[in-house]
Amino acid sequence: MSDEKSLSVNKALTPFNMVAGIILLIGMVITILRFTGGLAAVSNLTDDNPWGIWIGFDLLCGVALAAGGYVTSAAVYIFGLKRYHSAVRPAILTGFLGYALVVFALHYDVGRPWRLPYPFIVQQGTTSLLFEVGACVALYLTVLFIEFTPAVMEWLGLKRARTIVVRLTMLLTIFGVVLSTLHQSSLGALYLIAPSKLHPLWYSTYLPVYFFVSSIIAGLSMVLFESTLSHHYFSHKMDKTHLAEADNVTLGFGKAASLVLAGYFTIKIIGIAIADNWHYLTTGYGAWFLLELLGFVALPCLMYAVGVRDRNVKLIRWTAGWTILGIVLNRLNISLIAFNWQLPSSQRYVPHWMEIMVSVFIVTIGILIFRFIVTRMPIMYEHPDYHSH
Amino acid sequence: MPCEFFTLQDFMTYTKGITYILMLVSLCAITGFWLFLTERDTDEPHHHSK
Amino acid sequence: MSLTRRRFLGWMGAAGAGTLVGRQAEAAANVHFTGYPDSFAVLHDITLCVGCRSCEAACNTVNELPPPNRPFKDLTVLDQHRRTTSKTYTVVNRFQPASQAPKSIFVKKQCNHCLEPACASACFVRAFKKSPEGAVTYDPTVCVGCRYCMVACPFEIPAYEYEKALDPKVMKCTMCHPRVKNGQLPGCVQACPKEALTFGKRKDILNIARERIHKYPQRYIDHIYGESEMGGTSWLYLSSVPFSQIGMREDLGTTPAPELTSGALGAVPIVVGLWPVLLTGIYAITQRKEKVSAEEQRLAVSQAVEHARQSAELDMVRAMEKAEKDKETAIKQAVKKAMDEAVKAQQEVKA
Repeated sequence: MSDEKSLSVNKALTPFNMVAGIILLIGMVITILRFTGGLAAVSNLTDDNPWGIWIGFDLLCGVALAAGGYVTSAAVYIFGLKRYHSAVRPAILTGFLGYALVVFALHYDVGRPWRLPYPFIVQQGTTSLLFEVGACVALYLTVLFIEFTPAVMEWLGLKRARTIVVRLTMLLTIFGVVLSTLHQSSLGALYLIAPSKLHPLWYSTYLPVYFFVSSIIAGLSMVLFESTLSHHYFSHKMDKTHLAEADNVTLGFGKAASLVLAGYFTIKIIGIAIADNWHYLTTGYGAWFLLELLGFVALPCLMYAVGVRDRNVKLIRWTAGWTILGIVLNRLNISLIAFNWQLPSSQRYVPHWMEIMVSVFIVTIGILIFRFIVTRMPIMYEHPDYHSH
Repeated sequence: MPCEFFTLQDFMTYTKGITYILMLVSLCAITGFWLFLTERDTDEPHHHSK
Repeated sequence: MSLTRRRFLGWMGAAGAGTLVGRQAEAAANVHFTGYPDSFAVLHDITLCVGCRSCEAACNTVNELPPPNRPFKDLTVLDQHRRTTSKTYTVVNRFQPASQAPKSIFVKKQCNHCLEPACASACFVRAFKKSPEGAVTYDPTVCVGCRYCMVACPFEIPAYEYEKALDPKVMKCTMCHPRVKNGQLPGCVQACPKEALTFGKRKDILNIARERIHKYPQRYIDHIYGESEMGGTSWLYLSSVPFSQIGMREDLGTTPAPELTSGALGAVPIVVGLWPVLLTGIYAITQRKEKVSAEEQRLAVSQAVEHARQSAELDMVRAMEKAEKDKETAIKQAVKKAMDEAVKAQQEVKA
């Protein structure tokens, strides 16, 4: 027995766990600083720059990258692509974790986090896009939670409860897609109220559409990216179906992502035309915009297409990572880099190291919880007692 | 001129408030309606034998 | 949400269903809003400002704000371009446009109290309200501290108490709403020694401003800042130089803030209404396809089974026939054998 114990202690002291432990420690110290010294103590936020990376990265990127849940469940349950069934559970799990962490991150950013339910229970600011985002995220988090519960119930052996939830799958999926359409687009629509602050190349009345369409791209790419990582680290947890379907999923999702990227590219060009913003393309911001549009939209679109044609799974996986970088770049452009472009550089925002650390802290928590769940619950494999629904 | 709302902001707060209530109602209603619509759908007999 | 009769009719009218209701419906169907008719406004005649900072001092006293780092008498502060902060609701900045050199121009900055406030449109707890008196007021008891109002404000006015850990508030000029309700002037207006600030009903203030432009066309440019910027504001400005030269944005447009988001907000219920229909439709089609292919598969299978059954039957019949024949021969043989044996026995007996 004592041998076993020392063995498990040795196992726990992997380099990964040690780094994660240090990050958690620093994160907790910053948390204390945040809730004793206020935002001024840990952030570079100012009156001119009220939103930093906790909104630009944690909220905007977090929500976009958690889109895999609704994209996959829609593909499998609504569009009937049953052969991707094994991708649903990991996608829903990361979606749920993603949203939960977004809400957790908001507790650092807003002034009085315990008032976060106020928009729903005290006074409804119905004209605010943030109200829309809040309502949808709250509801969607609930939907994702219910969608995820079958895995927990299988783990705990609650057969009857599982049957009830499985029967609701279709309804939950439709609710999930409706709510995701709404809040993904509304995150873009948040910026509609500030045409005087966001650079014209990024400001567009199509912002909500851009955010929605790019969230589909983000969702597809995240599923590909996560499956790559999972195959690397958790392949011993996967069953035959999961492993056999993996290449199919990769090719199918790669094809879908390529197609959606092509559509996204088209509407981005139309956005420039409709606002007659061509002349901005020759400026510095224009070059940056073109880098995003050509390097992170057109290029991955092409790379995905080549990958699918050549059945080159490796290329598709690399492209997925590249595409995710592009989505992050787009969200950061809109929330930070092209935002407040009218201000002199001395008044612009650069994140404080503690802000970055909090984001790293939150991502680390996400990875740890993901690992905890995947190694215990039937995520990557089908529970022997239950057949797929 | 008797006008309930003096600002677009107040008008929108009010109309969007009602819209939100209607959205909640409609989301519940469509579920019920779908069940009503498909309740008497008869599957071909072979479907049950499976 | 209490539904009064008039409110309900107003809603009906807006939906275009209330033509029978007459006058009220007509009023409510009017989608053009002109703001509270008797609201107040302040005119800041920039040409009269001498940069004495009396308004800043008065504002500080009236609103009980913390004492400044440097006293209000210290005019060197004017050399920096300041913005409003959580400790100063109003600031005066000095500009030296080339066309006016070496003369300095002093501009007071504070919340403009929009007729259609962007902060109010953006706030998800309705902490901001346009009051009938003209002030855009803030209610700290509901504020969550999300700072979306600061993102939304085109004039970059609301400030935040970043240093407060547990009860940070958004801070901005209140247009001295409590004082105005008591029949007093806003602190800054009362303190101004040069009458660069004039308080009155907005429509009267607009007339005064127009009159001044009309009377002194050389002194003023022909533009009242705030008359239509962002749908109009309750602070109005007159200047001798283009506003863009004195730190005021002229590219904000005249669209009221709520209109910027009304399209996106309007799409929300449409998605809620139609997405389930579309998705259920797609689902039904997918199911149908599956059913058809399952049916086809079933047919193919049953045909194969039938075929197998028939051939099996045939085999069976043949086997039966063969068995029958075998049996017959066996019987015949048995009979023959028995006969032979009988014959043999008889012969043995005879012998």
